[in-house]
Amino acid sequence: MKQVDETILEVKNLHTHFFTDEGTSKAVNGISFTLNKGETLGIVGESGSGKSITSLSLLRLIPSPPGKITGGSILFKGEDLLAKTEKQMRAIRGNEISMIFQEPMTSLNPVYSAGEQIAEAIRLHQKLGKKEAWNKAVDMLRLVGIPSPEKRAKQEPHELSGGMRQRVMIAMALACHPEVLIADEPTTALDVTIQAQILELIKTLQKDFGTAVILITHDLGVVYETCDRVAVMYAGKMVEYTLAKEIFTNPKHPYTIGLLNSLPRLDLDQEELTTIPGTVPSPYDMPKGCSFAPRCAHARRICEQAVPDLESIGPDTKVSCWMYTPQWEKEYEAEKKVGVQ
Amino acid sequence: MGAAVEGKKVLLKVDQLKQYFPIKGGFFGRTVNHVKAVDDISFHIYQGETLSIVGESGCGKSTTGRAILRLDEPTSGHIHFQGKDLLSLGRKEMRSTRKDLQVIFQDPFASLNPRQTIGQILGEALAIQNVVPKGHRRSRIEELLGHVGLRPEALDRYPHEFSGGQRQRIGIARALAVDPKLIICDEAVSALDVSIQAQVLNLLKTLQRQFELTFLFISHDLGVVRHISDRVMVMYLGKIVEIADKKSIFEQPQHPYTRALLSAIPVPNPVQERERILLTGDVPSPIDPPGGCRFHTRCPFVMDICKTKAPELKRSTQNHQVACHIVS
Repeated sequence: MKQVDETILEVKNLHTHFFTDEGTSKAVNGISFTLNKGETLGIVGESGSGKSITSLSLLRLIPSPPGKITGGSILFKGEDLLAKTEKQMRAIRGNEISMIFQEPMTSLNPVYSAGEQIAEAIRLHQKLGKKEAWNKAVDMLRLVGIPSPEKRAKQEPHELSGGMRQRVMIAMALACHPEVLIADEPTTALDVTIQAQILELIKTLQKDFGTAVILITHDLGVVYETCDRVAVMYAGKMVEYTLAKEIFTNPKHPYTIGLLNSLPRLDLDQEELTTIPGTVPSPYDMPKGCSFAPRCAHARRICEQAVPDLESIGPDTKVSCWMYTPQWEKEYEAEKKVGVQ
Repeated sequence: MGAAVEGKKVLLKVDQLKQYFPIKGGFFGRTVNHVKAVDDISFHIYQGETLSIVGESGCGKSTTGRAILRLDEPTSGHIHFQGKDLLSLGRKEMRSTRKDLQVIFQDPFASLNPRQTIGQILGEALAIQNVVPKGHRRSRIEELLGHVGLRPEALDRYPHEFSGGQRQRIGIARALAVDPKLIICDEAVSALDVSIQAQVLNLLKTLQRQFELTFLFISHDLGVVRHISDRVMVMYLGKIVEIADKKSIFEQPQHPYTRALLSAIPVPNPVQERERILLTGDVPSPIDPPGGCRFHTRCPFVMDICKTKAPELKRSTQNHQVACHIVS
């Protein structure tokens, strides 16, 4: 998996804003990351953190108006997706970069059979006849572990169970052997035993095809078991970017630490959960400094005044927090002086 | 909490409860079949404890909760609560008994009237059960809001002005309004983000101690269940497969389904490497459940007897009951 770290996708300083009557919502506010060939990157965050908008931005699926990608670049194999025409984008979507969503029932067309929908995706991107495309669709269904795929291919989505629908979505997404697969909460709507099956399937297929995966989730357990690296998002910003194993043993950002402490654990006895006080700020009214400062126990004056950059603090770890910068100690001294006066 | 359980006074006892939903079909809208959502289950809840029901979609956990409140009329069985059989009560008696039995639903927005202020919502609960004289209602409502960590100003605001976590607090305040004995929490924290979920879970635990409440906690999230429960009941396809105290169920699960369920949950702990039991296939339809043990179609340890004879729920150790041929 990790022979050469060949970058396939590079996102630089991406901004996606929504212009509404209530004001400008900075849903994604300057995020950067890279995705290497064959690796799995987890993006975690709570509702409103901008993780889904990030994934939609990558495929330029932001509804416009009110949404707009206002800045940054998305380099896919060295070419900027933001500079492509709509026609060029259509050739990329579902072919080189594909996506699976949380609720398969709303992403599948209810009046076409599962096989027809997969075959359609295949025919759109590859020069194949109807019959060949259908056969390939059946092969894909077999590959994702659907029993008696010939029969299932002829069934409509409502005749399939939730887990099976998600398998159909995965079959469709992988039918053209994409280089990047974006999975937005692919198992959130599923029961745990089915979730375990689907995650196992994504892992196996990823190994077979060498696909790079971006897994968007709110479930830290899922990240731990499936991802190589992880990005934690909060209020439209990336606050921590590190190895998936590292984040559980050695979390850096106060928000990441808070998130881990709030999690009721299967492997630990806790009388009381440690919580993060307060709630996420409104996207229309972001704090001037670090957006986590109002909820942070460590916050100092500087946190309320200026936004910290995402800086490397180790070979694999980046964090955006004043605590890890040289300014922090200076700030402490300054505050002490103010206190003395 | 633990101390309350030692007294072991049974607050609610469910006996052979069945809940079948008819499926209408054919030319004359006749009943052609039944969904056997809950099929002959018996259990009890001790006063002051938290009993959780866990299981996957369609296992009958929510139906059980609704049957206890008689939000759906159960097909047969008995539910004993404080010396009365709830299923034999008339409408009026049942309504007054609901004062002791409250519920908190998953989606707080769907269960709060958007056109009423928080004051009206809570006032209505007080008025229906007539627990507080009219003149004292406002101060009682302010007190309730204080208990759930909301400011008194919330009283004149509407549900849409609150965040998901705050709305759930309002739902909790409404349940508390009538001084209930048992609160059924049906996926009460499932829709909340983890940081908010932790706040609400802590609140529920505090309120339980403060008001000596008993919880029936219905959830699919085993992490949450482990945190809040004293005892845990696992359901599969309308049947109870295992009931035990929290420690035994998480440390020594006996039923293959419980073991598979526990092993399926991704745990962020590098120290604890576990063997995963990956189940194949989906949950069968509750319209036509498999004969014998209902889990036999997916069980990795299936034997011949499992296909023909349904296992009974039997005591395996002192605080542990399990329905499986392998264990007995």
